[in-house]
Amino acid sequence: MKGHDAWVALAVSLLALLLTVFLTTGALVLGGYSPLLTFQSLLAGSFGSLDSFFGVTLVRAVPLIVIGLAVTVAFKSGVWNIGAEGQFYAGAIAGVWVGLNVGDYPSYFSVPLVFLSASVAGALWALLPALMRTRLGVGEVVTTILMNFVAIHLVSYIVRWPLQEERGVFPNTDLIDESVRLPTIVPGTGLHLGFVVAVILVIGLSFFFSNTSMGFQLRAMGGSQEATRVSGRSSIPQLLIVTFLLSGSLAGLAGGIEIAGRSFALYEGLSPGWGYTAIAVALLADLNFIAVLFTGIFFGALEGGAGAMQREAGIPATWVAGIEALVLLSVLASDRLFRRLLRPRRKED
Amino acid sequence: MFESFSIVVFLGTAIRLAVPLVIAALGESITERSGVLNIGIEGSIIAGALCASLAALEWSSIFLGMVFGAIGGGLVAMVFAVFVLGLNADQIIAGTATTMAGLGFTGAIYQARFAATGSVITLPVLRSFEIPYLGEVPILGPIFFQQSITVYFVYLLVPTLWYFLFRTSWGLELRSVGEDPAVAEESGISILFVRFLAIMFGGLLAGLAGAHLALDSGTFIENMSGGRGFIAIAIVVLGRWNPVSIAGAAIFFGAASALQFLFQSSGSDLPFPLFLMLPYLLTLIALSGWFGRTKAPRSLALPWPSKSR
Repeated sequence: MKGHDAWVALAVSLLALLLTVFLTTGALVLGGYSPLLTFQSLLAGSFGSLDSFFGVTLVRAVPLIVIGLAVTVAFKSGVWNIGAEGQFYAGAIAGVWVGLNVGDYPSYFSVPLVFLSASVAGALWALLPALMRTRLGVGEVVTTILMNFVAIHLVSYIVRWPLQEERGVFPNTDLIDESVRLPTIVPGTGLHLGFVVAVILVIGLSFFFSNTSMGFQLRAMGGSQEATRVSGRSSIPQLLIVTFLLSGSLAGLAGGIEIAGRSFALYEGLSPGWGYTAIAVALLADLNFIAVLFTGIFFGALEGGAGAMQREAGIPATWVAGIEALVLLSVLASDRLFRRLLRPRRKED
Repeated sequence: MFESFSIVVFLGTAIRLAVPLVIAALGESITERSGVLNIGIEGSIIAGALCASLAALEWSSIFLGMVFGAIGGGLVAMVFAVFVLGLNADQIIAGTATTMAGLGFTGAIYQARFAATGSVITLPVLRSFEIPYLGEVPILGPIFFQQSITVYFVYLLVPTLWYFLFRTSWGLELRSVGEDPAVAEESGISILFVRFLAIMFGGLLAGLAGAHLALDSGTFIENMSGGRGFIAIAIVVLGRWNPVSIAGAAIFFGAASALQFLFQSSGSDLPFPLFLMLPYLLTLIALSGWFGRTKAPRSLALPWPSKSR
């Protein structure tokens, strides 16, 4: 049964990708561009050289993978966390604040401190929607969206007032100290230790969800809250809070990694909507943690290759946002169609 | 004298900034009353802005801009409807995809059509005009009755929707679909048809809101919807799915943005982002039930038919 599901998931994702390529080709032809040249330059820009793969694609993939994991944790357990964007920013704010104030300590102390504070901040940002859901029965879709806006305006305040760079001209913070930055793992490219962290998280979460009792309970709750309630063995409010906090801390950690690994400073628009793109990352992976690693890299390649596509094929980088949306729509369509075809057979077992 | 003048300007600006929000929120409230949460209206708004710009540019007509803006918003909502009603896909995911698609493809089309020329689009601009007599009332006149046509449209739309929702049988049917689709179906209402109309109405109004954005500023900019679709969803909650309160909630959000302009133009160093944050915090507080129970339509965001999930 389990194996059967995995094959269906893979088939759904592949069909979705095929559909995306088909639709994108159509759109490109309509727009008067050469599809061949587009895909070529997109591939060259994302996988064509060591630097484009390690320095562009994988660097871009890191936040998408980590936030994708945050979304996966939530959706798997039946929590509609649309607030990863806000939790990411909460983590980035905490991360940059610690990074600027930690003082002169060795990296093996300061960097984990940045990660820890970013995770805690992300979790705290998810706590209010969590409490509103469990205590007051208010759905998390709207509350998490609201928290995104609060976070975005908070960033805008922080980079203009309390943490503005020394000269007080530009809306960004100062750069964090060398000792707080993540080391690069592939010399000569920008690929930083954050990628290793992302891979460890993928493996850890995968293990947690398939091999621990808590992971089992969370999955069961995602399958059917009613069944969990009736079984009476676990407390739904507690499981929900755990889910929100875990999801929020992952998104927050992504903010800390981005600060310590790539941007070294906080500014408005640090995330170009990764909190939403990550939803596509998680769904293309069919909410499978291992698969998130690959779909994250896939979206990283799309966003990373966008620059080369614009330079070489003359296709505006904004097309990539459209392609990403097509991926999500194709996943939805092929998922619904597949499951609809398979439904009669499922009823038998 | 000067003091009262600037308050008049401030409130007038608040209303102007509230217009796209209130139009989109009124449309969304009708969609939500049918039990569908469309978080894709951001996509409809930006599509409306682009279609309005293209049409207004082609025929130099504000009116046609408005019409095509609404149609553009409606088309995007139709994509959402196909996924949600046709394929019974999850509303939240379909809405996210719709928003992404709207923002991505409007950007792509804009770039394909205009980026090569490198010039900024200049559109015919919505002008404000004074309503005879009413516009001359001191203080209230300049705030409420020296505005653009879209503002007056809202003045008509709010009571009309209120009447529709609470005083007509169609309004009752719509609400019953959102509260308890199973019961509504038994009384002979087609759930999918009602929801389709509700989604399309929401899309048309969101498109109109986008048209207002483009024609009020006289140009099209990528991502110019600026999250207003999501703000409209918050406004619907703060306004408790009631057209009259929604208008009030939208003005509150508009006032917060107007403060920003006021602060920046007066060179004040007050932290405007904190004021921009206020309406969202207030909406969260409202959701927590501090001002009395806020009740969403009971079947909101749930799939129909529910068995097939």
